[in-house]
Amino acid sequence: MHAIEKILAKNSGRSEVKTGEIVTAKVDFAEINDLYLQTVYSFYEMGGEKVWDNERCAFVFDHYAPTPDIKSAANHKEMREFAQKNNLRFHFDTNCGVCHQVMPEAGVIYPGMIVVATDSHTTTHGAFGAMGTGCGATDMATILMTGELWFRVPEIIEVRLEGEAPKGVYPKDVVLAVLGKIRADGAVYKAIDFTGSYVENLNVAGRMVICNMAVEMGAKTAYMQPNQDVLDYVSRRAVRPYEIQFTDPDYQYSESYVFDVSGLEPELACPSSVENVHTLSSVVAQGQVKLNQGYIGSCTGGREEDIEVAAKILKGRHIPEYTRLIIVPASREVMMNCMKKGYIQDLMDAGATITTPGCGACLGAHEGILAPGEVCITSTNRNFPGRMGSTEALMYLASPATVAASMVNGYITDPRTFL
Amino acid sequence: MNTEITGKIIVVGDNIDTDQIYPGRFLAITDPKEIGSHCLCGVDENIAPTFPQGGIVVAGRNFGCGSSREHAPIALLNMGAAAVIADSFARIFFRNAVNLGLVPVISKGISKKVKPGQTLTLDLEKGIVKVHETGEVFECEQLGDQAMKILEAGGIKPMMRARFGRKEA
Repeated sequence: MHAIEKILAKNSGRSEVKTGEIVTAKVDFAEINDLYLQTVYSFYEMGGEKVWDNERCAFVFDHYAPTPDIKSAANHKEMREFAQKNNLRFHFDTNCGVCHQVMPEAGVIYPGMIVVATDSHTTTHGAFGAMGTGCGATDMATILMTGELWFRVPEIIEVRLEGEAPKGVYPKDVVLAVLGKIRADGAVYKAIDFTGSYVENLNVAGRMVICNMAVEMGAKTAYMQPNQDVLDYVSRRAVRPYEIQFTDPDYQYSESYVFDVSGLEPELACPSSVENVHTLSSVVAQGQVKLNQGYIGSCTGGREEDIEVAAKILKGRHIPEYTRLIIVPASREVMMNCMKKGYIQDLMDAGATITTPGCGACLGAHEGILAPGEVCITSTNRNFPGRMGSTEALMYLASPATVAASMVNGYITDPRTFL
Repeated sequence: MNTEITGKIIVVGDNIDTDQIYPGRFLAITDPKEIGSHCLCGVDENIAPTFPQGGIVVAGRNFGCGSSREHAPIALLNMGAAAVIADSFARIFFRNAVNLGLVPVISKGISKKVKPGQTLTLDLEKGIVKVHETGEVFECEQLGDQAMKILEAGGIKPMMRARFGRKEA
Protein backbone atom coordinates (compact mmCIF):
# COMPACT_ATOMS: atom_id res chain seq x y z
CA MET A 1 0.00 0.00 0.00
CA HIS A 2 0.90 3.64 -0.37
CA ALA A 3 1.41 5.77 2.76
CA ILE A 4 -1.82 7.64 1.91
CA GLU A 5 -3.70 4.32 1.74
CA LYS A 6 -2.21 3.28 5.07
CA ILE A 7 -3.45 6.54 6.61
CA LEU A 8 -6.93 5.94 5.18
CA ALA A 9 -6.88 2.29 6.34
CA LYS A 10 -5.76 3.15 9.85
CA ASN A 11 -8.39 5.88 10.26
CA SER A 12 -11.17 3.68 8.90
CA GLY A 13 -10.29 0.71 11.09
CA ARG A 14 -9.23 -1.54 8.22
CA SER A 15 -6.05 -3.47 7.60
CA GLU A 16 -6.16 -2.68 3.89
CA VAL A 17 -7.84 -0.36 1.38
CA LYS A 18 -7.89 -0.54 -2.42
CA THR A 19 -8.07 2.15 -5.11
CA GLY A 20 -11.66 3.12 -5.85
CA GLU A 21 -13.09 1.82 -2.56
CA ILE A 22 -15.28 4.14 -0.51
CA VAL A 23 -14.20 4.28 3.11
CA THR A 24 -15.47 6.24 6.08
CA ALA A 25 -12.45 7.55 7.94
CA LYS A 26 -11.93 9.41 11.20
CA VAL A 27 -10.75 12.98 10.79
CA ASP A 28 -7.89 13.90 13.12
CA PHE A 29 -8.33 17.64 12.73
CA ALA A 30 -11.01 19.73 11.05
CA GLU A 31 -10.63 23.41 10.26
CA ILE A 32 -13.27 25.91 9.19
CA ASN A 33 -12.22 29.22 7.70
CA ASP A 34 -14.23 32.40 7.91
CA LEU A 35 -15.86 32.13 4.47
CA TYR A 36 -17.87 29.20 5.81
CA LEU A 37 -20.57 30.39 8.19
CA GLN A 38 -22.68 27.97 6.13
CA THR A 39 -20.92 25.19 8.09
CA VAL A 40 -22.62 26.41 11.26
CA TYR A 41 -25.96 26.74 9.44
CA SER A 42 -25.67 23.25 7.91
CA PHE A 43 -24.66 21.83 11.32
CA TYR A 44 -27.88 23.09 12.91
CA GLU A 45 -30.01 22.28 9.83
CA MET A 46 -28.88 18.65 10.19
CA GLY A 47 -29.74 18.61 13.89
CA GLY A 48 -26.22 19.05 15.25
CA GLU A 49 -25.96 20.06 18.89
CA LYS A 50 -22.32 19.92 20.00
CA VAL A 51 -19.18 19.25 17.96
CA TRP A 52 -17.90 15.69 18.24
CA ASP A 53 -14.60 16.65 19.86
CA ASN A 54 -13.74 20.17 20.97
CA GLU A 55 -9.98 19.52 20.74
CA ARG A 56 -10.02 18.41 17.10
CA CYS A 57 -11.67 21.33 15.30
CA ALA A 58 -11.06 25.05 15.04
CA PHE A 59 -11.98 28.18 13.16
CA VAL A 60 -9.30 30.26 11.46
CA PHE A 61 -10.35 33.82 10.61
CA ASP A 62 -8.04 34.45 7.67
CA HIS A 63 -10.02 35.50 4.58
CA TYR A 64 -11.47 38.55 6.30
CA ALA A 65 -8.65 39.42 8.68
CA PRO A 66 -9.56 41.97 9.88
CA THR A 67 -13.13 42.33 8.62
CA PRO A 68 -13.66 44.74 5.70
CA ASP A 69 -17.43 45.23 6.05
CA ILE A 70 -20.45 44.76 8.30
CA LYS A 71 -21.54 41.48 6.72
CA SER A 72 -18.20 39.72 7.23
CA ALA A 73 -18.04 41.15 10.77
CA ALA A 74 -21.48 39.68 11.49
CA ASN A 75 -20.32 36.33 10.09
CA HIS A 76 -17.24 36.38 12.35
CA LYS A 77 -19.49 37.19 15.30
CA GLU A 78 -21.69 34.15 14.67
CA MET A 79 -18.68 31.87 14.21
CA ARG A 80 -17.02 33.18 17.38
CA GLU A 81 -20.22 32.47 19.29
CA PHE A 82 -20.29 28.91 17.91
CA ALA A 83 -16.63 28.39 18.91
CA GLN A 84 -17.26 29.72 22.41
CA LYS A 85 -20.43 27.68 22.87
CA ASN A 86 -18.53 24.52 21.91
CA ASN A 87 -15.58 25.48 24.08
CA LEU A 88 -13.11 24.81 21.25
CA ARG A 89 -9.56 24.29 22.53
CA PHE A 90 -8.06 26.07 19.52
CA HIS A 91 -9.36 29.34 18.10
CA PHE A 92 -7.46 31.44 15.59
CA ASP A 93 -8.91 34.94 15.34
CA THR A 94 -7.93 37.79 13.00
CA ASN A 95 -4.48 38.18 14.59
CA CYS A 96 -3.17 34.78 13.44
CA GLY A 97 -2.81 34.39 9.66
CA VAL A 98 -3.63 31.95 6.86
CA CYS A 99 -4.98 28.62 8.08
CA HIS A 100 -2.42 26.47 6.21
CA GLN A 101 0.43 28.32 7.91
CA VAL A 102 -1.24 28.75 11.27
CA MET A 103 -2.19 25.09 11.76
CA PRO A 104 1.32 23.62 11.37
CA GLU A 105 2.72 26.39 13.56
CA ALA A 106 0.17 25.51 16.26
CA GLY A 107 1.21 21.85 16.13
CA VAL A 108 -2.14 20.43 14.98
CA ILE A 109 -0.55 19.09 11.78
CA TYR A 110 1.77 16.06 11.98
CA PRO A 111 2.70 12.99 9.91
CA GLY A 112 0.20 10.18 9.42
CA MET A 113 -2.92 12.22 10.20
CA ILE A 114 -6.02 13.18 8.22
CA VAL A 115 -6.75 16.91 8.17
CA VAL A 116 -9.85 18.23 6.42
CA ALA A 117 -10.50 21.95 6.02
CA THR A 118 -13.02 24.10 4.19
CA ASP A 119 -10.29 25.22 1.85
CA SER A 120 -9.03 23.67 -1.36
CA HIS A 121 -5.38 24.33 -0.45
CA THR A 122 -5.52 21.79 2.38
CA THR A 123 -3.32 19.64 0.11
CA THR A 124 -0.50 21.78 1.61
CA HIS A 125 -0.20 19.42 4.59
CA GLY A 126 1.15 16.60 2.46
CA ALA A 127 4.41 18.47 3.11
CA PHE A 128 4.32 16.93 6.60
CA GLY A 129 3.37 13.41 5.53
CA ALA A 130 -0.26 14.09 6.46
CA MET A 131 -3.31 13.48 4.28
CA GLY A 132 -4.92 16.88 3.81
CA THR A 133 -7.97 17.57 1.69
CA GLY A 134 -10.51 20.33 1.20
CA CYS A 135 -14.26 20.11 1.48
CA GLY A 136 -17.33 22.33 1.38
CA ALA A 137 -19.36 23.74 4.24
CA THR A 138 -21.88 20.92 4.53
CA ASP A 139 -19.32 18.09 4.35
CA MET A 140 -17.54 19.96 7.14
CA ALA A 141 -20.76 20.11 9.16
CA THR A 142 -21.05 16.30 8.89
CA ILE A 143 -17.49 16.04 10.26
CA LEU A 144 -18.36 18.33 13.18
CA MET A 145 -21.30 16.03 13.98
CA THR A 146 -19.62 12.65 13.47
CA GLY A 147 -15.84 13.11 13.44
CA GLU A 148 -15.63 11.28 10.12
CA LEU A 149 -16.04 11.69 6.38
CA TRP A 150 -16.37 9.33 3.42
CA PHE A 151 -13.49 9.17 0.98
CA ARG A 152 -12.86 7.38 -2.27
CA VAL A 153 -9.41 5.78 -2.10
CA PRO A 154 -7.62 7.70 -4.87
CA GLU A 155 -5.34 6.66 -7.68
CA ILE A 156 -1.89 8.02 -6.88
CA ILE A 157 0.37 9.79 -9.37
CA GLU A 158 4.10 9.91 -8.70
CA VAL A 159 5.83 13.17 -9.58
CA ARG A 160 9.52 12.50 -9.18
CA LEU A 161 11.65 15.64 -8.90
CA GLU A 162 15.32 14.92 -9.30
CA GLY A 163 18.41 17.10 -8.99
CA GLU A 164 19.21 20.48 -7.51
CA ALA A 165 17.50 23.69 -8.51
CA PRO A 166 19.74 26.19 -10.32
CA LYS A 167 20.16 29.70 -8.91
CA GLY A 168 16.96 31.71 -9.31
CA VAL A 169 14.72 28.64 -9.49
CA TYR A 170 12.49 28.24 -6.44
CA PRO A 171 9.89 25.64 -5.35
CA LYS A 172 7.20 27.83 -6.96
CA ASP A 173 8.98 27.60 -10.32
CA VAL A 174 9.27 23.84 -9.92
CA VAL A 175 5.58 23.36 -9.19
CA LEU A 176 4.58 25.71 -12.03
CA ALA A 177 6.67 23.58 -14.40
CA VAL A 178 4.89 20.46 -13.11
CA LEU A 179 1.50 22.17 -13.47
CA GLY A 180 2.26 23.18 -17.05
CA LYS A 181 2.85 19.52 -17.85
CA ILE A 182 0.06 17.82 -15.83
CA ARG A 183 -2.44 20.65 -16.56
CA ALA A 184 -5.27 21.99 -14.39
CA ASP A 185 -7.29 18.77 -14.42
CA GLY A 186 -4.56 16.15 -14.80
CA ALA A 187 -4.91 14.91 -11.23
CA VAL A 188 -8.66 15.31 -10.60
CA TYR A 189 -9.89 12.76 -8.00
CA LYS A 190 -6.27 11.57 -7.67
CA ALA A 191 -3.45 12.09 -5.21
CA ILE A 192 0.05 13.28 -6.07
CA ASP A 193 3.09 11.86 -4.30
CA PHE A 194 6.12 14.10 -4.82
CA THR A 195 9.30 12.04 -4.60
CA GLY A 196 12.93 12.28 -5.69
CA SER A 197 16.15 13.83 -4.45
CA TYR A 198 14.90 17.42 -4.79
CA VAL A 199 12.00 16.67 -2.40
CA GLU A 200 14.21 14.70 -0.01
CA ASN A 201 16.43 17.75 0.40
CA LEU A 202 13.71 20.39 0.43
CA ASN A 203 12.91 22.48 3.54
CA VAL A 204 9.47 22.68 5.13
CA ALA A 205 8.48 25.95 3.41
CA GLY A 206 9.43 24.66 -0.04
CA ARG A 207 7.55 21.42 0.50
CA MET A 208 4.46 23.39 1.50
CA VAL A 209 4.60 25.49 -1.70
CA ILE A 210 4.64 22.40 -3.91
CA CYS A 211 1.94 20.44 -2.04
CA ASN A 212 -0.18 23.60 -1.85
CA MET A 213 -0.30 23.92 -5.65
CA ALA A 214 -1.21 20.22 -6.14
CA VAL A 215 -4.87 21.25 -5.99
CA GLU A 216 -4.30 23.47 -9.03
CA MET A 217 -3.85 20.18 -10.92
CA GLY A 218 -7.14 18.98 -9.42
CA ALA A 219 -5.54 16.72 -6.82
CA LYS A 220 -7.55 15.47 -3.87
CA THR A 221 -4.43 15.35 -1.74
CA ALA A 222 -0.65 15.52 -1.97
CA TYR A 223 2.06 13.63 -0.15
CA MET A 224 5.77 13.87 0.56
CA GLN A 225 7.61 11.39 2.75
CA PRO A 226 8.73 13.40 5.82
CA ASN A 227 12.45 14.27 5.90
CA GLN A 228 14.60 15.48 8.79
CA ASP A 229 13.49 19.11 8.32
CA VAL A 230 9.87 18.05 8.76
CA LEU A 231 10.65 15.92 11.82
CA ASP A 232 12.59 18.80 13.41
CA TYR A 233 9.62 21.09 12.74
CA VAL A 234 6.87 18.83 14.07
CA SER A 235 8.82 17.45 17.02
CA ARG A 236 8.94 20.98 18.44
CA ARG A 237 5.26 21.63 17.87
CA ALA A 238 3.00 18.57 17.56
CA VAL A 239 0.21 18.51 20.15
CA ARG A 240 -0.28 14.73 19.80
CA PRO A 241 1.92 11.68 19.30
CA TYR A 242 2.16 10.65 15.66
CA GLU A 243 3.08 7.70 13.49
CA ILE A 244 4.81 8.21 10.15
CA GLN A 245 3.51 5.99 7.34
CA PHE A 246 5.76 4.61 4.59
CA THR A 247 4.89 3.47 1.08
CA ASP A 248 5.60 -0.20 0.38
CA PRO A 249 8.42 -0.71 -2.14
CA ASP A 250 6.12 -2.73 -4.45
CA TYR A 251 3.39 -0.04 -4.64
CA GLN A 252 2.34 0.64 -8.25
CA TYR A 253 1.56 4.28 -9.09
CA SER A 254 -1.24 4.95 -11.61
CA GLU A 255 1.09 7.30 -13.52
CA SER A 256 4.64 8.57 -13.09
CA TYR A 257 6.28 11.78 -14.24
CA VAL A 258 9.96 12.60 -13.86
CA PHE A 259 11.34 16.16 -13.86
CA ASP A 260 14.99 17.16 -13.91
CA VAL A 261 14.88 20.19 -11.65
CA SER A 262 18.44 21.16 -12.54
CA GLY A 263 17.28 21.99 -16.06
CA LEU A 264 14.48 24.38 -15.03
CA GLU A 265 14.28 28.16 -15.35
CA PRO A 266 12.10 30.74 -13.58
CA GLU A 267 8.51 30.07 -14.70
CA LEU A 268 5.31 32.09 -15.04
CA ALA A 269 1.65 31.08 -15.19
CA CYS A 270 0.36 33.67 -17.64
CA PRO A 271 -3.17 35.15 -17.75
CA SER A 272 -5.68 33.80 -17.06
CA SER A 273 -5.19 30.16 -16.25
CA VAL A 274 -2.92 28.30 -13.84
CA GLU A 275 -1.96 25.87 -16.60
CA ASN A 276 -0.83 28.62 -19.01
CA VAL A 277 2.78 28.09 -17.91
CA HIS A 278 5.78 29.47 -19.83
CA THR A 279 9.40 30.11 -18.95
CA LEU A 280 9.94 33.70 -17.89
CA SER A 281 12.63 34.07 -20.55
CA SER A 282 10.20 33.11 -23.32
CA VAL A 283 7.60 35.61 -22.07
CA VAL A 284 9.96 38.57 -21.82
CA ALA A 285 11.47 37.72 -25.21
CA GLN A 286 8.06 38.60 -26.69
CA GLY A 287 8.23 42.11 -25.23
CA GLN A 288 8.21 44.03 -21.98
CA VAL A 289 5.32 43.22 -19.62
CA LYS A 290 4.56 46.36 -17.59
CA LEU A 291 3.13 45.94 -14.09
CA ASN A 292 0.83 47.98 -11.87
CA GLN A 293 1.04 45.76 -8.78
CA GLY A 294 3.27 43.12 -7.24
CA TYR A 295 1.91 40.83 -4.54
CA ILE A 296 3.80 38.55 -2.14
CA GLY A 297 1.61 36.58 0.23
CA SER A 298 -0.92 33.76 0.75
CA CYS A 299 -0.68 30.10 1.77
CA THR A 300 1.51 29.63 -1.31
CA GLY A 301 3.99 32.50 -1.22
CA GLY A 302 3.88 34.45 2.05
CA ARG A 303 6.34 32.59 4.28
CA GLU A 304 9.50 33.85 5.92
CA GLU A 305 11.65 32.43 3.09
CA ASP A 306 9.50 34.28 0.52
CA ILE A 307 9.67 37.62 2.31
CA GLU A 308 13.39 37.10 2.95
CA VAL A 309 14.25 36.69 -0.73
CA ALA A 310 12.11 39.70 -1.62
CA ALA A 311 13.79 41.82 1.06
CA LYS A 312 17.24 40.80 -0.16
CA ILE A 313 16.41 41.78 -3.74
CA LEU A 314 14.68 45.04 -2.80
CA LYS A 315 17.07 46.21 -0.04
CA GLY A 316 18.54 49.56 -1.04
CA ARG A 317 16.27 49.75 -4.10
CA HIS A 318 12.83 51.25 -4.63
CA ILE A 319 9.77 50.26 -6.64
CA PRO A 320 8.92 52.70 -9.46
CA GLU A 321 6.55 55.57 -8.86
CA TYR A 322 2.89 54.81 -9.66
CA THR A 323 3.31 51.08 -8.90
CA ARG A 324 2.67 49.23 -5.65
CA LEU A 325 4.04 46.11 -4.00
CA ILE A 326 1.82 44.48 -1.40
CA ILE A 327 3.37 42.13 1.15
CA VAL A 328 1.07 39.93 3.22
CA PRO A 329 2.93 37.72 5.71
CA ALA A 330 1.24 34.31 5.96
CA SER A 331 1.07 34.40 9.75
CA ARG A 332 1.81 36.38 12.88
CA GLU A 333 4.86 34.18 13.50
CA VAL A 334 6.12 34.83 9.96
CA MET A 335 5.58 38.58 10.35
CA MET A 336 7.31 38.74 13.73
CA ASN A 337 10.32 36.79 12.47
CA CYS A 338 10.53 39.07 9.44
CA MET A 339 10.37 42.11 11.69
CA LYS A 340 13.14 40.77 13.92
CA LYS A 341 15.35 40.09 10.92
CA GLY A 342 14.74 43.54 9.43
CA TYR A 343 13.00 42.33 6.25
CA ILE A 344 9.86 44.35 6.90
CA GLN A 345 11.92 47.52 7.38
CA ASP A 346 13.86 46.87 4.14
CA LEU A 347 10.67 46.25 2.20
CA MET A 348 8.95 49.33 3.59
CA ASP A 349 12.03 51.38 2.71
CA ALA A 350 11.69 50.00 -0.82
CA GLY A 351 8.13 51.29 -1.03
CA ALA A 352 6.19 48.13 -0.16
CA THR A 353 2.78 48.17 1.51
CA ILE A 354 2.64 45.68 4.40
CA THR A 355 -0.78 44.33 5.41
CA THR A 356 -2.12 42.11 8.20
CA PRO A 357 -1.32 38.37 8.04
CA GLY A 358 -4.17 36.59 6.25
CA CYS A 359 -5.46 35.78 2.79
CA GLY A 360 -5.59 39.44 1.78
CA ALA A 361 -6.31 40.10 -1.89
CA CYS A 362 -5.44 36.57 -3.06
CA LEU A 363 -9.12 35.79 -3.55
CA GLY A 364 -10.27 39.30 -4.29
CA ALA A 365 -11.87 39.98 -0.91
CA HIS A 366 -9.90 43.08 0.16
CA GLU A 367 -6.49 44.72 0.63
CA GLY A 368 -5.10 45.01 -2.88
CA ILE A 369 -7.94 44.54 -5.39
CA LEU A 370 -7.10 45.11 -9.06
CA ALA A 371 -8.86 47.63 -11.32
CA PRO A 372 -9.90 46.86 -14.92
CA GLY A 373 -6.91 46.89 -17.25
CA GLU A 374 -4.31 46.49 -14.49
CA VAL A 375 -1.52 43.92 -14.55
CA CYS A 376 -0.27 42.14 -11.43
CA ILE A 377 2.56 39.71 -10.73
CA THR A 378 1.94 37.57 -7.67
CA SER A 379 3.37 34.76 -5.56
CA THR A 380 -0.16 33.43 -4.92
CA ASN A 381 -1.80 30.33 -6.40
CA ARG A 382 -4.52 31.35 -8.86
CA ASN A 383 -4.77 33.77 -11.77
CA PHE A 384 -8.36 32.96 -12.78
CA PRO A 385 -10.33 35.81 -14.38
CA GLY A 386 -11.43 38.14 -11.57
CA ARG A 387 -9.54 36.25 -8.87
CA MET A 388 -7.94 39.42 -7.43
CA GLY A 389 -10.64 41.85 -8.47
CA SER A 390 -11.69 42.91 -11.95
CA THR A 391 -12.19 40.21 -14.59
CA GLU A 392 -10.45 42.67 -16.91
CA ALA A 393 -7.24 42.63 -14.83
CA LEU A 394 -4.37 40.30 -15.77
CA MET A 395 -2.36 38.20 -13.32
CA TYR A 396 0.96 36.41 -13.69
CA LEU A 397 1.86 33.76 -11.09
CA ALA A 398 5.54 33.63 -10.18
CA SER A 399 8.03 32.95 -7.40
CA PRO A 400 8.45 35.64 -4.72
CA ALA A 401 11.95 36.35 -6.11
CA THR A 402 10.50 36.99 -9.57
CA VAL A 403 7.83 39.27 -8.08
CA ALA A 404 10.47 41.27 -6.18
CA ALA A 405 12.84 41.54 -9.16
CA SER A 406 9.95 42.58 -11.40
CA MET A 407 8.86 45.30 -8.99
CA VAL A 408 12.37 46.78 -8.95
CA ASN A 409 11.85 47.58 -12.63
CA GLY A 410 8.06 47.82 -12.90
CA TYR A 411 8.05 45.15 -15.60
CA ILE A 412 8.52 41.37 -15.54
CA THR A 413 12.18 40.72 -14.81
CA ASP A 414 14.32 37.62 -14.39
CA PRO A 415 15.29 37.37 -10.69
CA ARG A 416 18.73 36.06 -11.68
CA THR A 417 19.54 39.65 -12.65
CA PHE A 418 19.70 40.46 -8.92
CA LEU A 419 21.17 37.27 -7.44
CA MET B 1 -35.64 11.42 -6.61
CA ASN B 2 -36.56 12.30 -10.15
CA THR B 3 -34.13 10.43 -12.39
CA GLU B 4 -35.18 12.42 -15.46
CA ILE B 5 -34.33 16.09 -15.71
CA THR B 6 -35.50 18.19 -18.66
CA GLY B 7 -34.48 21.79 -19.14
CA LYS B 8 -33.21 24.51 -21.42
CA ILE B 9 -29.45 24.85 -21.48
CA ILE B 10 -26.74 27.44 -21.35
CA VAL B 11 -23.25 26.50 -22.52
CA VAL B 12 -19.99 27.65 -20.89
CA GLY B 13 -16.36 26.79 -21.64
CA ASP B 14 -13.45 24.86 -20.08
CA ASN B 15 -11.98 25.46 -16.60
CA ILE B 16 -14.92 27.52 -15.34
CA ASP B 17 -13.51 28.05 -11.86
CA THR B 18 -15.36 28.89 -8.65
CA ASP B 19 -14.22 32.53 -8.92
CA GLN B 20 -16.09 32.82 -12.22
CA ILE B 21 -19.09 30.93 -10.79
CA TYR B 22 -19.11 33.00 -7.63
CA PRO B 23 -16.50 35.79 -7.25
CA GLY B 24 -14.67 36.32 -3.96
CA ARG B 25 -16.16 39.76 -3.39
CA PHE B 26 -19.59 38.20 -2.68
CA LEU B 27 -18.43 35.49 -0.26
CA ALA B 28 -19.74 37.14 2.90
CA ILE B 29 -23.32 36.91 1.58
CA THR B 30 -25.38 34.19 3.30
CA ASP B 31 -28.87 34.65 1.78
CA PRO B 32 -29.26 31.84 -0.80
CA LYS B 33 -31.44 33.88 -3.20
CA GLU B 34 -28.94 36.74 -3.19
CA ILE B 35 -26.11 34.24 -3.72
CA GLY B 36 -28.03 32.88 -6.73
CA SER B 37 -28.38 36.36 -8.23
CA HIS B 38 -24.57 36.57 -8.71
CA CYS B 39 -24.18 33.11 -10.23
CA LEU B 40 -21.67 32.88 -13.09
CA CYS B 41 -21.23 36.67 -13.11
CA GLY B 42 -17.51 36.11 -13.61
CA VAL B 43 -18.40 34.66 -17.01
CA ASP B 44 -21.26 37.03 -17.90
CA GLU B 45 -23.39 39.18 -15.61
CA ASN B 46 -26.47 38.52 -17.76
CA ILE B 47 -26.52 34.76 -17.12
CA ALA B 48 -28.26 34.74 -13.70
CA PRO B 49 -31.03 37.26 -14.52
CA THR B 50 -32.03 35.40 -17.69
CA PHE B 51 -31.41 31.79 -16.64
CA PRO B 52 -34.34 29.46 -17.50
CA GLN B 53 -35.79 28.03 -14.26
CA GLY B 54 -35.08 24.32 -13.96
CA GLY B 55 -32.45 24.72 -16.67
CA ILE B 56 -29.20 22.87 -17.18
CA VAL B 57 -25.68 24.29 -17.34
CA VAL B 58 -23.52 22.54 -19.95
CA ALA B 59 -19.78 23.05 -19.48
CA GLY B 60 -16.40 21.98 -20.81
CA ARG B 61 -13.66 20.28 -18.84
CA ASN B 62 -12.82 20.82 -15.15
CA PHE B 63 -16.01 22.68 -14.20
CA GLY B 64 -15.87 24.07 -10.65
CA CYS B 65 -12.08 24.02 -10.29
CA GLY B 66 -10.52 26.26 -7.68
CA SER B 67 -11.92 26.96 -4.25
CA SER B 68 -13.89 24.64 -2.01
CA ARG B 69 -16.54 27.35 -1.71
CA GLU B 70 -19.99 25.80 -1.37
CA HIS B 71 -21.38 29.13 -2.57
CA ALA B 72 -20.80 27.79 -6.10
CA PRO B 73 -23.45 25.01 -6.04
CA ILE B 74 -25.67 27.14 -3.76
CA ALA B 75 -25.52 29.87 -6.44
CA LEU B 76 -26.30 27.43 -9.27
CA LEU B 77 -29.25 25.90 -7.40
CA ASN B 78 -30.69 29.29 -6.46
CA MET B 79 -30.23 30.64 -9.97
CA GLY B 80 -32.58 27.81 -10.91
CA ALA B 81 -30.21 25.17 -12.28
CA ALA B 82 -31.27 21.54 -11.80
CA ALA B 83 -28.15 19.90 -13.18
CA VAL B 84 -24.70 20.56 -14.61
CA ILE B 85 -23.47 18.37 -17.47
CA ALA B 86 -19.76 18.74 -18.16
CA ASP B 87 -16.81 17.07 -19.85
CA SER B 88 -15.33 16.76 -16.35
CA PHE B 89 -15.67 18.24 -12.86
CA ALA B 90 -13.28 19.34 -10.16
CA ARG B 91 -13.55 17.06 -7.16
CA ILE B 92 -14.67 19.36 -4.34
CA PHE B 93 -17.31 21.00 -6.55
CA PHE B 94 -18.64 17.55 -7.43
CA ARG B 95 -18.98 16.57 -3.76
CA ASN B 96 -20.56 19.89 -2.81
CA ALA B 97 -23.09 19.64 -5.66
CA VAL B 98 -24.15 16.11 -4.71
CA ASN B 99 -24.40 17.07 -1.03
CA LEU B 100 -26.82 19.87 -1.88
CA GLY B 101 -28.85 17.91 -4.43
CA LEU B 102 -27.51 19.57 -7.59
CA VAL B 103 -26.93 16.77 -10.12
CA PRO B 104 -23.41 16.82 -11.68
CA VAL B 105 -23.09 14.50 -14.67
CA ILE B 106 -20.11 13.80 -16.91
CA SER B 107 -20.77 13.50 -20.65
CA LYS B 108 -17.44 13.79 -22.44
CA GLY B 109 -17.37 16.21 -25.36
CA ILE B 110 -20.97 17.36 -24.93
CA SER B 111 -20.14 21.06 -24.60
CA LYS B 112 -18.97 21.15 -28.22
CA LYS B 113 -22.04 19.32 -29.58
CA VAL B 114 -24.97 21.26 -28.13
CA LYS B 115 -26.13 24.85 -28.60
CA PRO B 116 -27.34 27.41 -26.04
CA GLY B 117 -31.13 27.51 -25.82
CA GLN B 118 -31.64 23.86 -26.79
CA THR B 119 -33.64 21.62 -24.47
CA LEU B 120 -32.02 18.49 -23.04
CA THR B 121 -33.38 15.54 -21.14
CA LEU B 122 -30.94 13.89 -18.78
CA ASP B 123 -31.89 10.30 -17.95
CA LEU B 124 -29.83 9.23 -14.95
CA GLU B 125 -31.05 5.64 -15.00
CA LYS B 126 -30.22 5.00 -18.65
CA GLY B 127 -27.11 7.18 -18.53
CA ILE B 128 -28.06 9.26 -21.56
CA VAL B 129 -28.62 12.86 -22.56
CA LYS B 130 -31.17 13.56 -25.31
CA VAL B 131 -31.29 16.79 -27.37
CA HIS B 132 -34.93 17.63 -28.12
CA GLU B 133 -34.29 19.82 -31.16
CA THR B 134 -32.08 17.35 -33.04
CA GLY B 135 -32.98 13.99 -31.50
CA GLU B 136 -29.28 13.35 -30.84
CA VAL B 137 -28.44 11.12 -27.89
CA PHE B 138 -25.18 11.29 -25.94
CA GLU B 139 -23.93 8.89 -23.31
CA CYS B 140 -23.10 10.09 -19.84
CA GLU B 141 -21.19 8.45 -17.02
CA GLN B 142 -23.16 6.77 -14.24
CA LEU B 143 -22.97 8.53 -10.90
CA GLY B 144 -21.29 6.30 -8.31
CA ASP B 145 -23.34 4.45 -5.67
CA GLN B 146 -22.28 6.86 -2.93
CA ALA B 147 -23.34 9.91 -4.94
CA MET B 148 -26.65 8.28 -5.93
CA LYS B 149 -27.37 7.35 -2.31
CA ILE B 150 -26.94 11.00 -1.25
CA LEU B 151 -28.94 12.38 -4.20
CA GLU B 152 -31.76 9.89 -3.60
CA ALA B 153 -31.95 11.04 0.03
CA GLY B 154 -32.39 14.61 -1.30
CA GLY B 155 -28.86 15.62 -0.32
CA ILE B 156 -26.61 15.08 2.69
CA LYS B 157 -28.74 17.15 5.06
CA PRO B 158 -31.88 14.92 5.03
CA MET B 159 -29.55 11.90 5.14
CA MET B 160 -27.84 13.13 8.30
CA ARG B 161 -31.14 14.16 9.89
CA ALA B 162 -32.41 10.62 9.34
CA ARG B 163 -29.20 9.12 10.74
CA PHE B 164 -29.44 11.20 13.91
CA GLY B 165 -33.22 10.78 14.22
CA ARG B 166 -33.82 14.51 13.82
CA LYS B 167 -36.99 16.02 12.39
CA GLU B 168 -37.17 18.21 9.29
CA ALA B 169 -35.35 21.49 10.04
